[in-house]
Amino acid sequence: MAEKMELRDVEVWDGNMAAAQALRQAQIDVVAAYPITPSTPIVENYANFLANGYIDGEFVMVESEHAAMSGCIGASAAGGRVSTATSSQGFALMVETLYQASGMRLPIVLNVVNRALASPLNVNGDHSDMYLGRDSGWIQICAFNAQDAYDLALCAFRIGEDHGIRLPVMVHQDGFMTSHTAMGVRTLTDDVAYNFVGEFKPFNAMLDFEKPVSYGVQTEEDWHFEHKARQHNDLMTKVHPKIKEVFADFKKLTGRTFNLVEGYHMEDAEVAVVAIGTAVKTAQVAVEKLRAEGVKAGVVGIRVLRPFPFNEIKAMIKNLKAVAAMDRSSPNGTVGALYNELAGVIVQMDKAPVMNNYVYGLGGRDITIAHFMAIFEDLKANAKAGKVQQPLQQFINVRGPKLSFLSQE
Amino acid sequence: MAFNYDQYLRVNKMPTLWCWGCGDGVILKAVIRAIEKSGWDMDNVCVVSGIGCSGRFSSYINCNTVHTTHGRTVAYATGIKLANPKANVIVVAGDGDGLAIGGNHTIHGCRRNIDLNFILINNFIYGLTNSQTSPTTPQGMWTVSQKNGNIDPTFDACQLAIGAGASFVARETMLDPKKLEKILVKGFAHKGFSFFDIMSNCHINLGRKNKMQSAMENLEWIDSITLPLKKWEELPAEEKMNKFPTGVLREVVQPEYCDMYAQIQAAAQGKRAVLTQNDFAKKI
Repeated sequence: MAEKMELRDVEVWDGNMAAAQALRQAQIDVVAAYPITPSTPIVENYANFLANGYIDGEFVMVESEHAAMSGCIGASAAGGRVSTATSSQGFALMVETLYQASGMRLPIVLNVVNRALASPLNVNGDHSDMYLGRDSGWIQICAFNAQDAYDLALCAFRIGEDHGIRLPVMVHQDGFMTSHTAMGVRTLTDDVAYNFVGEFKPFNAMLDFEKPVSYGVQTEEDWHFEHKARQHNDLMTKVHPKIKEVFADFKKLTGRTFNLVEGYHMEDAEVAVVAIGTAVKTAQVAVEKLRAEGVKAGVVGIRVLRPFPFNEIKAMIKNLKAVAAMDRSSPNGTVGALYNELAGVIVQMDKAPVMNNYVYGLGGRDITIAHFMAIFEDLKANAKAGKVQQPLQQFINVRGPKLSFLSQE
Repeated sequence: MAFNYDQYLRVNKMPTLWCWGCGDGVILKAVIRAIEKSGWDMDNVCVVSGIGCSGRFSSYINCNTVHTTHGRTVAYATGIKLANPKANVIVVAGDGDGLAIGGNHTIHGCRRNIDLNFILINNFIYGLTNSQTSPTTPQGMWTVSQKNGNIDPTFDACQLAIGAGASFVARETMLDPKKLEKILVKGFAHKGFSFFDIMSNCHINLGRKNKMQSAMENLEWIDSITLPLKKWEELPAEEKMNKFPTGVLREVVQPEYCDMYAQIQAAAQGKRAVLTQNDFAKKI
């Protein structure tokens, strides 16, 4: 039996340590991993726990991220609790197998420390890899800081492994800004955390000789569509209620609240930004300043990117006059992905806010409170005019002449 | 007069990001001298590197360079060479890059015997990401992924290259830069896939917990596990297992891929008969 680790009520952890501790406490059977900056310390910490007798499960360092996720799929199909971590290029290399994992309905938990995609090569944070996975059939939950990374990793096992769900889950955190920035993280004891996650109950596990099963069958035009449709059906109808249930249980246990969408001063807000990750926290500070000046500003933080909380966002932004979609990935030839998602919501609203799009923070570039203050100035003007007063899409904090696109004149 | 490296380097990129005492710089300089000795025009040289410390090669050398994704160097380089068979293409990869994530491409580069110069900088560890077990990490050594000792068997890169069909296979260490330079010149002149397993130090991330904290201790260890091919051959079988022979381990004349490709192009254009098994030395 693995030793239990004595944790203080508050530990100084970065996002990587927070995620690694959650994996340790969840008592995973198999971790197959490959190093890549900035997620390397998650598995490095995990290997450390293993070497020091805190883990009973197996850990194997394989020859690539493709092999890592393939190994995880094998272990999960065989009936184990499975998790790993990756970033960026490693995530990109995993993409083929991500679709395998979700199609085989294997509840793997993948900690994604978000980082830019080459070329040019860059090890710092943005959401290019997060967006790359958005059609892969995985549940995507986003942490805004190290505390979230810990809490949500624990929740992820409960959500994905539920026999009504059986889908893999990504827990995202921002490269370096979250993964390498230490904060005081409120911990659960090993027993409390494991009791919350629960014992792993395999579903259709292989290697049960009484009941042999096949994974990864071939279906053509005869059945492929039905498989994909059922998977989509479960994502659309079953996952949100399950996430809400798990978040409610987690709140009962810890007092910490998570929602599908995290509103900040949204009750009476007239202007707001919609963001993911650490930018949400920066925007919240800007909103505090604006509130002191009497501006009815708010922040919408996307906690669950997939399944997309369409109705929850619709309800949250119904009184807004102007809203901005903050995309931390180069859209490369269109409006930002988050703008597109929100446009899908807005087009169904009776009294829709005007919306514009900002692209920020690529490859680890900062977005500061001052940037958000300037964005809210735009939003105030848009709210007043009832239409977007700037080009629809603007790039923030990039060198050279100001880049903006889709002029609305 | 001392060799002037400046014209071969992007001096504005200096100093390098490599740690003090790292072998990568010694290897870079040997490669530059070998390029000069080979009389290659830097405008016609293309250096392709992957990810990891060795990936920085393409940042520092002043010729055509491509910094690729992790493990895919040989695949990129195959495209480069096929598009321009006259180009002198040097591929630089680490042991993780070339043998783990990119092992498949390495095998097939060797098999095709395409005229690439593949420099494997073998430091026995994933250095850049801080000490994970690589395919060449000796069993029993400490790594961050196996803190109670690595159990994964160790890869003999040259045996792999020979088995896969590379027509020039050599091993050298960065301990003797002159020897290294000579073997590079020899391999650069060879037509076909030239595979160099160059053993180098990573006292920072291999050595720190394996009793080789200084570059010198790390190099002494490399010295202790290598010896020239002739001497290696004289060793009793049980001792051979724990030593790596250095020098040219294989040098044979075999059809080169771009040449063969030119022949099938000629056949397609009706300028020669279609190739059959009789056109090749090996019939199966």
